[in-house]
Amino acid sequence: MKILVCISHVPDTTSKINFVNGDSEFDTNGVQYVINPNDEFGLTRAIWFQEQQGATVTVVNVGGADTEPTLRKALAIGANEAIRVNANPTDGFFVAKQLAEVIKTGGYDLVICGKESLDYNGGMVPGMLAGLLNFNFVNSCTEITIDGNSAKTAREIDGGKEIISASLPLIIGGQKGLVEEKDLRIPNMRGIMTARTKVLTILEPVGAGNQTKIVKFEKPAAKSAVKLFSADDIDGLVNALHNEAKVI
Amino acid sequence: MSILIYAESSEGKIKKVAFELASYAKKVADSLGTSVTAVTINCGDASELSKYGVAKILKVNNDKLANFNAKAYADALKQAAQKEGSKVVVLSSTTDSLYLAPLVSIGLEAGLASNVVGLPISTSPFQVKRTAFSNKAFNITEIATDIKVLAISKNSFGLLESATSFSEEDFAPSLNDADFSVKVESVEKSSGKVTIADADVVVSGGRGMKGPENWGMLEELASVLGAATACSKPVSDIGWRPHSEHVGQTGKPVATNLYIAIGISGAIQHIAGINSSKVKLVINTDPEAPFFKVADYGIVGDAFDIVPRLTQKLKEFKAQNS
Repeated sequence: MKILVCISHVPDTTSKINFVNGDSEFDTNGVQYVINPNDEFGLTRAIWFQEQQGATVTVVNVGGADTEPTLRKALAIGANEAIRVNANPTDGFFVAKQLAEVIKTGGYDLVICGKESLDYNGGMVPGMLAGLLNFNFVNSCTEITIDGNSAKTAREIDGGKEIISASLPLIIGGQKGLVEEKDLRIPNMRGIMTARTKVLTILEPVGAGNQTKIVKFEKPAAKSAVKLFSADDIDGLVNALHNEAKVI
Repeated sequence: MSILIYAESSEGKIKKVAFELASYAKKVADSLGTSVTAVTINCGDASELSKYGVAKILKVNNDKLANFNAKAYADALKQAAQKEGSKVVVLSSTTDSLYLAPLVSIGLEAGLASNVVGLPISTSPFQVKRTAFSNKAFNITEIATDIKVLAISKNSFGLLESATSFSEEDFAPSLNDADFSVKVESVEKSSGKVTIADADVVVSGGRGMKGPENWGMLEELASVLGAATACSKPVSDIGWRPHSEHVGQTGKPVATNLYIAIGISGAIQHIAGINSSKVKLVINTDPEAPFFKVADYGIVGDAFDIVPRLTQKLKEFKAQNS
């Protein structure tokens, strides 16, 4: 089974968020970049398929040379090979067009994406891939098992889950649940050493336009300070929640 | 040319989130000199949509659509949009809507903006404000395609009544077997309890609660408020509460009216996930807890003392105000 894991290279959660160039670009100064958390669950799940069912795992990212450390980290975690499509991920549609080309060329059985990346929160790439390629697609995927050409998945829904079956090839928009947080693989020394010799292929992008563009960024208005109530003044709090905030 | 919305329903009844969508779409329609058409799927009485500005309801009734199916539903919406000549399709940010939004986008060759938090800043060029960086920033996004798809963040717009006379018609999109290649085998759902996604109030507990045996007082507070219960990531990781209650960046997002955080210090990832909530109340013994920096209201003190008294006061308040 050939698995493709799509990796987004995103700022670490604790990064300070600032903008430059007239608020048109994210300020990368001093920012640490990591594998998108939703993608990490999918990557570890793919490694389990590799270890238990002999799958090969390819990781792919659409980005500039600055994303290669993130791809090498995925290789160190256990992926067999990596692909970087040499282009800036300017919008979800553009990224989906690049990944669709990689998928068509590579003949993958299972494509694992994170449901949403934590930088732009578009949440659209997995679904767009399914639309462009006419592949089966399960979003908010929290479980997956594969037997031959059939997949059994769980989709998280409001108040519960659906068990969904689909044949391969399949795209999933993954999240926590594919593996538990405690089971996430981290690179060990051996992984890091072997990652250096694994193949990282750079592909030029296919011609594709954008459907959207970011005109500018804004930071939220400064928050006013918290209104504290003393533990003896529960009446005051209830009053504020009702009359001031109007939430009860 | 009407603005098309997908008005979600559950067990035959229109979901509350659809009224916010209608309110939003009505304003967009007014600015573009057109009207709002809603699509419902296997819904009974949808007339309440007209209270919020919907002028036409396309009702799809099909047993094959009894379970949610993103591809089939997206195909139905695409055909409805084509029938209506819609240039703007407005969806909500529920799990189902976000599942079908990109499929609608590709089907209509329409650019998609998700997490939209306000009316278009301009319609030519078409620009909307949306959240980014896990609710730590906004971006103004311009959609360049002829048709636009928007997914509106819950609780970002509110309800605006605009009673409209309306018409209803049966709509039968043509669907084929290929639309049903992904099959729902079974659905597991806890019934009766209000879900985190639907709740107006969420009562959430963290490690400060000291143990799962202490959750009774949070459940009672939630019961008085008609709230959903939630928890922080460490609490879910150590198994005090089910995974389904974990809210935060890698858990469920919360965009409720009132988020009550009890014994939660306020890690960045937790705050990122709940930040779309309108009002945040924090109860914590530690005055330096980071959560107080983003809270609207707070009490520094022992939850075991405060929460039961708060619950009692709320019971009295509810009794007086009903």
